[in-house]
Amino acid sequence: MNVRAIFLLLWLPVAAWSQGFAGLGQSAEGFTRPMPNPTFTFPQDHGPHPDYRIEWWYITANLRDENGVDYGLQWTLFRSAFAPEAGTGWTSPQVWMGHAAVTTPQAHFVTERLARGGIGQAGVIAAPFEAWIDEWRFAGSLDQATLSAAGPEFGYDMTLTAAGPLVFHGDRGYSVKSAGDQASYYYSQPFYDIAGTLHLPQGDVAVSGEAWLDREWSSQPLAEDQSGWDWFSLSFDDGAKMMGFRLRGNETYTAATWIAADGTTMALPHGAFQAEPLETASVNQRDIPTTWAVRLPEKGVDVTVQAVNPNAWMATSVPYWEGPVRITGSHTGRGYLEMTGYE
Amino acid sequence: MIGVTFTALIWHWRRNPLQLFTLLAGLALATALWSGVQAINAEARASYDAAAATLGEGRFDRLNRRDGQPISEATYVQLRRAGWLVSPVIEGRIDSVRLVGVELLTAPGGLAPAAFGDAAAIAGLGGDQVIAAEGTKLAGVRVVIDPDIAPQTAIADIGTAQKLLNRAGEIDTLVVAPQQPLIQAALADVAPELTRQIAQSGSDIGRLTDSFHLNLTAFGLLSFAVGIFIVHGAIGLAFEQRRGTVRTLRALGVPLRPLILLMVAELLSLAFLAGLIGVGLGYVIAGLLLPDVAATLRGLYGADVAGTLQLRPIWWASGMAIALGGTAIAASGALWKLSRLPLLAGGNPRALAVAAGRGAKVQGFAAVVLLTAAAILALFGNSILAGFALLAALLIGAALALPLILSRVLDWASVRATGVVTQWFWADTRQQLPGLSLALMALLLAMAANIGVSTMVSSFRLTFVAFLDQRLSSELYVNAETPAQAIAIEAYGKANADAVLPVQSEKVMISGQPAEVFGGRDHSTYRENWRFLQAQAMPWDAVHTGQGILINEQLARRANLAIGETIAVTGQVYTVAGVYGDYGNPIGQAVIDEGQFAKLFPDVRPVRFGIRMDRDKVAAFVAAMARDIDVPAANTIHQAGIKAFSLGVFERTFTVTTALNILTLAVAGFAILMSLLTLTAMRVPQLAPAWAMGMTRRNLGASELVRTLLLASMTAVVALPLGLALAWVLLAVVNVAAFGWQLPMYLFPADYARLGGLALLAATIAALWPALRLARTPPSDLLKVFSNER
Repeated sequence: MNVRAIFLLLWLPVAAWSQGFAGLGQSAEGFTRPMPNPTFTFPQDHGPHPDYRIEWWYITANLRDENGVDYGLQWTLFRSAFAPEAGTGWTSPQVWMGHAAVTTPQAHFVTERLARGGIGQAGVIAAPFEAWIDEWRFAGSLDQATLSAAGPEFGYDMTLTAAGPLVFHGDRGYSVKSAGDQASYYYSQPFYDIAGTLHLPQGDVAVSGEAWLDREWSSQPLAEDQSGWDWFSLSFDDGAKMMGFRLRGNETYTAATWIAADGTTMALPHGAFQAEPLETASVNQRDIPTTWAVRLPEKGVDVTVQAVNPNAWMATSVPYWEGPVRITGSHTGRGYLEMTGYE
Repeated sequence: MIGVTFTALIWHWRRNPLQLFTLLAGLALATALWSGVQAINAEARASYDAAAATLGEGRFDRLNRRDGQPISEATYVQLRRAGWLVSPVIEGRIDSVRLVGVELLTAPGGLAPAAFGDAAAIAGLGGDQVIAAEGTKLAGVRVVIDPDIAPQTAIADIGTAQKLLNRAGEIDTLVVAPQQPLIQAALADVAPELTRQIAQSGSDIGRLTDSFHLNLTAFGLLSFAVGIFIVHGAIGLAFEQRRGTVRTLRALGVPLRPLILLMVAELLSLAFLAGLIGVGLGYVIAGLLLPDVAATLRGLYGADVAGTLQLRPIWWASGMAIALGGTAIAASGALWKLSRLPLLAGGNPRALAVAAGRGAKVQGFAAVVLLTAAAILALFGNSILAGFALLAALLIGAALALPLILSRVLDWASVRATGVVTQWFWADTRQQLPGLSLALMALLLAMAANIGVSTMVSSFRLTFVAFLDQRLSSELYVNAETPAQAIAIEAYGKANADAVLPVQSEKVMISGQPAEVFGGRDHSTYRENWRFLQAQAMPWDAVHTGQGILINEQLARRANLAIGETIAVTGQVYTVAGVYGDYGNPIGQAVIDEGQFAKLFPDVRPVRFGIRMDRDKVAAFVAAMARDIDVPAANTIHQAGIKAFSLGVFERTFTVTTALNILTLAVAGFAILMSLLTLTAMRVPQLAPAWAMGMTRRNLGASELVRTLLLASMTAVVALPLGLALAWVLLAVVNVAAFGWQLPMYLFPADYARLGGLALLAATIAALWPALRLARTPPSDLLKVFSNER
């Protein structure tokens, strides 16, 4: 690991790898903790919650060009705090991290930005909605927004239009992450229509497809023994969608949300969602499962989930795998897969 | 058998312990000087590199404001939000510590790498904490030790640094990350007041101090060359003298190959031993000199160098390599000759003269080629490398030419000699010359190096002291903390002193070069003290009529400006009226009239004042000013103090130079001693006839002494022009390439005379013992020479 990453991990209030992936299992002392039966207030809750330790605005998109080539897109803004206050100037304890990526069947482009809070280099304003780090922006409103990012080799300019309601995971947005009391507030906008231009080394490509926004904040989302997770967001061709995750620890903990085409949700308890690796690929000297058997017996789902490009490795300060997937089996469709904590 | 052979070979050294000592001491001294100088250089460079690495100096492009003012944080954020991956840096000094504030999240990799190494150091960076090398003192903050950081440098988070420097919201420069995003707004659209400064290879400090180090390196190389001459001589003699042993061993059936391998092994062990001693001695030399070198560099260039020596493995490696390599060079010829020797022909020690006579033509040819190359380089070379090549060609060429020159002179003298004894003396001196020539070459190089380097250092000192007199002409300098205090100081000075000269400056770009422009008051202080390299008539009149501008040599050279040409300062056009020397300043400088300055920069107020008064009244004035207008004495600088400090710096430079001078001369003297001692034994057969014909042993001894002195004097005569040529190369070629300005060369005949005296003294001391030994040779030894005569 390079020294910069060591620094980052220390700067972000992440004391040690042993405490869950990226330190997310670290104790939440001093920070506000998510409590059951939350009440969300919008648009305020689209903005940051500095008294919680971590938070993210996470967009993934499955795109296709006019020749039928599949692409994946990611735009993520993380907020991390080492004290539960907003603060101003260089003394602000808030730190921001942006990840942007574009995945093609052959290539995976990824870039990262870091910024201190308190000086205006990065942040989120609830209304009029704007989330930014450097020149990267996700702005407009949650219903209609523009999205842009760029790295040394790639960039994109997109517009997003919501075609359905926000959905809340777990118990009305209170998402439990372990058999203990680890939990987060978690809601999504999985119904975005997205269109725009990818700027790639070979030239600009016009694309369209669907996008999924995750909003999540917490102070200790992982238990100390949890080393990582496998997270699936699947959009089936029949209009239904599904979010499921599997947290790996001494015991595996799973949870899922079934989202009907009209946006009505059904939270599924621990154990209902099953995901088993079928094949692994060697990515960055690690064995990463890039083909999965995913089952949700309650809804008759028994599918194979396969990476569009197994090499979708996010070589960022805190590295992980994130990329578009294809779904075959009882249901067909597209989706996104995120896998963290593979050493 | 190998054991027996080895014992037989080794026996030679037991019979000739002096030769063994010569070999070991010569090699050890050569290695010591070389590795000592290398150690000093390496230590200083490690310090600069740490300083450069700390700031990524020269590695990244930078954005600076055209007007040199601080950049606002708002501009930084605007740039980031326009797709510019830049990172803010602020820099300042607190006491003597250079404090650098960096923004750790946006700093490109390689900027302040040392700061990222220590986890504990990083964790606290957000607070009042800095990272620095051991021994750095900074009040009010916690100092986390990181040995990789340059001495007297502290690194902090930009927020902490702004607070410590009392400069909230300010940024000095923006470092541009090497990789920028695909889509980015134009700089002119986002921040038109900023200009991009392209990364330059090599740090500023490195370039400034290169000249100093070049001199040291030249010294080290010369010393080593001197040492190798000694070793070559010792090995050559040892092999000559062991021909008998070798012949006997071979006649007894020892094959040539193992014999040579044994001798190689023997030499390598000796070289290894000498190398160890040499590196150890070098470490001692470096340890003794480094504090002075560090003080010199800090004083002259503001470069922070650690005053203590770290034992770096690379010195052991390079010291040993040079000892072994030097032995290999020195021994290869002797071994080659040995391998070619017919089995039975090795018995008679050949006169060294025969071999030398044959080699003379080759040597003469090499000398001519090298000196021609030196002349060509002197005419056309203009880089540091060319300067070094010129030095090498000049010195080696001259050394090779020396025996030929001496031989011609001796020929000339012997033809003109009248008396029998005189004729014998000249003839005998010629006969001895080949045996002594290596030692004389060593003496030549040592003397030339001393003349060259001391001329350079002394010229630098004269120039610099004159420059200080010119620049620090006021008796007292006072710094104001606030504009109100500045006004008070000016008024107080006018009332209580002879004159007040405000010092006001602003950073600008002149002809594309970064420069500082000063507004000067019309006062006799400047008219009387300033000396110009080139100037029109009455340059100060031109300045104070508002049309003229004075520029420093750096600006004149870099922007290629000459007297009478016009340049623009923030749009206002001036005519260059004079070019002045500005030694030690890395950037351009210009002086315009005070009124013009006020027009161009109405917001700039003087914060420093030179105050003229009677020298004796300075102390009372400072005390009165503290009492009357509350200006603390800490804000005043006595001119006498600065001068004393600067002269102190030069004294340290001289300590270093003198120490090296004495060491090289000692090595050369040692070479003469050893050559004479080995020759003395061989010369008995040559001297016996002279003794038999009536010369006393005392006379013979005296003639030996005179001969050595004569040869040394002749060498000194050759060394003088060579040394001056060396000084010229250092001042006019190497210095211009390294610094960007030429130092005037001054001559110091008294110094040269003293140096010549020292060299003769060294030669006399070296010759005394052999002469005494000769004078005390038992008559029986001299008689023995005739025992086989029939």
